[in-house]
Amino acid sequence: MKINWFKYASPATFYPVAGRLVPLFGIAAVVLMLFALYWGFLETPERLGGTNPQKEYYRIIFIHVPAAWMSMWLYLVLAGWSAVGLVFNTRLSFMLANAVAPTGAVFTFIALWTGAFWGRPSWGTYWDWDPRLTSELILFFLYIGFMALHSAIDDSRRADRAAALLAIVGLVMLPIIFWSINCPDPNNCAALHQRSSLGKIESNILIAMLTMTLGFWLYSFATSFVRLRGIILMREQDSAWVRELVADDGGAVQPKPGESDREVSA
Amino acid sequence: MQSLLDFLHQGGYAFYVWSAFGMTFVLLVAEVVSLRRSRRTILRRVGRLARLRAQNEPSSQPSPRPSPQPTEFQR
Repeated sequence: MKINWFKYASPATFYPVAGRLVPLFGIAAVVLMLFALYWGFLETPERLGGTNPQKEYYRIIFIHVPAAWMSMWLYLVLAGWSAVGLVFNTRLSFMLANAVAPTGAVFTFIALWTGAFWGRPSWGTYWDWDPRLTSELILFFLYIGFMALHSAIDDSRRADRAAALLAIVGLVMLPIIFWSINCPDPNNCAALHQRSSLGKIESNILIAMLTMTLGFWLYSFATSFVRLRGIILMREQDSAWVRELVADDGGAVQPKPGESDREVSA
Repeated sequence: MQSLLDFLHQGGYAFYVWSAFGMTFVLLVAEVVSLRRSRRTILRRVGRLARLRAQNEPSSQPSPRPSPQPTEFQR
């Protein structure tokens, strides 16, 4: 079977597809997150590490690490669709980039916030200008900057291109965050995060962490697709298919009779 | 009952654990709520525009391309 993928590059075709996928992703995300919470709190040891173990607060790992991964992954998605949009000039790509940005910002903030509440009991401070913390904060500002720049330009085609360029330039932060725990000289900079490898983590902790990551990922799909459908409707409101669509389920969204009379006569 | 209290206590680190998980929960729920509200707003707005247009150009006269209704100024 051969699928013509370019068919789905049209907003009119992707709109109903996204609509059908949202509940699937949403339900799967909730189930996975609940499972991860159950496993993380009830099936894991109370201590992490050997001689100087982390106590119960290490359980923040079950949201901190997945949120930090999603913050970087969603930025890659954002910049990727921005690049596709700039190269092929496809409207849907820019719309996807815009739809992902707020969810990415939310996960970046969650990574910073949960990191602060993990840092206080383990490092003795909520915040430090450590390379990884600082670069993650800059990633958060990049998400905010992307959204602010896009909304500051009225012409949406120009806004798309300007914000896409910012997103691609901002890609430089991803390798910086990734390798920021390698501090060349401990006297000049301190890397608070320890080196970690997934293979060495206790398997129950790994199960909860990876399940939560998958849950966050599906949650991002669901929220991005809902947001994408809104963006498509707003941008394509002059096209015939949107007019037909809103006329079809107009009954559900029509304002009260009195209200609509007033608007029409005004 | 005691086990539930122990669970909530998290070995004395309840403040850190529940601050982290609570904020995550609040933010994710807030995002979903705000998405639902903005979807309703967009549907209402786009629907209103479509209805206004449908009134202005009746479908009995199909125009070859959707021309915008002349405004006060253009007339």
